[in-house]
Amino acid sequence: MKELKITLTSHQKKAIRSNLVGYSFILPNLIGYAIFVFIPVIFSFILSVMKWDGSKAPMEFVGLKNFAQIFGDRIFVQSFLHTIQYALLTVVPTLVLSLLLAVLLNHKLKGIAIFRTALYFPYIASIVAVGAVWNMLFQPDFGPINEFLKFIGISKPPRWVVDVKWAMVAISVVSVWKYMGYYMIVYLAALQGISGSLYEAAGMDGANGVQKLRYITIPMLTPTTFFVLIMLTIQCFKVFDLVYVMTGGGPGNATKTLVNYIYEKAFTSWEFGPASAGAIVLFAVVLVITLIQFAGEKKWSKDLM
Amino acid sequence: MNTKTKDLRIPLYLGLIALSLFMLVPFYWMVISSLKLNKDVFSVPMKWWPGTMHWENYKIIWKKLPLVTFFFNTAKLTVITTIIQLCTSCFAAYGFTKTRFKGRDLIFLMYVTTIAVPWQVYMVPQFILVSRLGLNDTHLGLILMQAFSAFGVFLIRQFYISIPDELCEAARIDGLNEYGIFGKIVFPLGKPAMATLTIFTFTNVWNDFMGPLIYLKTKELKTIQLGIRMFISQFGADYAWIMAASVCSLIPVIIVFLSCQKFFVEGVAASGIKG
Repeated sequence: MKELKITLTSHQKKAIRSNLVGYSFILPNLIGYAIFVFIPVIFSFILSVMKWDGSKAPMEFVGLKNFAQIFGDRIFVQSFLHTIQYALLTVVPTLVLSLLLAVLLNHKLKGIAIFRTALYFPYIASIVAVGAVWNMLFQPDFGPINEFLKFIGISKPPRWVVDVKWAMVAISVVSVWKYMGYYMIVYLAALQGISGSLYEAAGMDGANGVQKLRYITIPMLTPTTFFVLIMLTIQCFKVFDLVYVMTGGGPGNATKTLVNYIYEKAFTSWEFGPASAGAIVLFAVVLVITLIQFAGEKKWSKDLM
Repeated sequence: MNTKTKDLRIPLYLGLIALSLFMLVPFYWMVISSLKLNKDVFSVPMKWWPGTMHWENYKIIWKKLPLVTFFFNTAKLTVITTIIQLCTSCFAAYGFTKTRFKGRDLIFLMYVTTIAVPWQVYMVPQFILVSRLGLNDTHLGLILMQAFSAFGVFLIRQFYISIPDELCEAARIDGLNEYGIFGKIVFPLGKPAMATLTIFTFTNVWNDFMGPLIYLKTKELKTIQLGIRMFISQFGADYAWIMAASVCSLIPVIIVFLSCQKFFVEGVAASGIKG
């Protein structure tokens, strides 16, 4: 009896010790993560149903009033629509161009890495610098882009970032240019996973390059394309920096996006309630897209099996 | 097939050269404009090669902007954030993959459920929290708010899973404790994943704009991105100077990128496929 008791406690001790050891590994990250990420995430839901300006005055529960307020706010609705407009203008061009670049780069040629570097470079360049230079390229009166357009015979080129109709197009052009290098690398990795024997078999059947692309490459890349599509769409809904540095949301509110709206509500007019309601809308959009991603991934993994 | 590839080689090279040049035109324009006089940046017709190089633009912005301070601030933020991120992520990844303890799966679930939440969703409450801790407008606040990410833990964890448990078991039998196994076996093996995470954190923190924009108000604390932005709004019409400042802000990233581009590319591929 006595012996059994001793072994039990030593067993328990061992369990406690292994628990402690396990926790000691995750705690440094867990503490930081809980305080600076997890609590704020929960708090953002709470804030969205509260009225608060961040002062010492207590929060006041207002139910769904913040949501009613932002959905009644013309600027919020516009910001939301601008974000969708931005997504529509950028997602498909980025996807198609990055795929084409990847197909071009997927050849075993000398010096191919140099091209890969050049095409990837815009992605790692900072948005502030990139925004500054593109603002000048797009300068409506003497900028090189409009000079070029005039040269090829367009006498009245768009006024780009100062034109309500064209400002978002200008931002989208920069976005496509900046991000396609990144997705090109994602595609390149996927291309390298396609077995060469497929192309050889198609070649023996007399398929040409375009046919191979159409009937082998693109179908084999479907899971990657789906992944890129999801990532790009989420990225579009989070856009802030590029808009902020290129147009500041203007002219008027023509390029104000969802996150620009959240930022302004929170950090210039200190209305944390509506800002958080806007943030929850962003969360809902991203959640829906993520759920679609899960459903899609399930499908692909089943197809593969 | 080989002969066909050979036939295609020259047009392919030409196409790739044209494409790369086209993609890099904005950077070229940035550099030549930084060497022109402010009034000549938009001269019509455009000059693709400035007659005289005005290198003094760089001297001027060096005087007008506390660039050294901005660089130092950015480097400090980048290095400290990366180190904290790296160490705590590796530690946690080991805990989640190679040790067993009560509540492990529950805690991991907490990471899983929050990884997909964009920072923009919780940036407001996070800012309130950091301000309440008295860390608004400090580097520490900015470091703490971005040093702990689920992404880092996931990335390293993904790699540690591929390290066979038998390896750890053998070391355990040899008398190594968990910290020994981590320090002597798993941590050194995880270098590729750490390189990826380092590159990611480095570029993210170095290029971050919105975080510093929200948190840093004192001029002496600002990062290079904020500093350049401030300069642009102050000297909006001094185009050449703005371009010179932009070139300066890109140089460190170019150096790091060119020296470790292998890791950049592999990192995108690895994290991209895993999703």
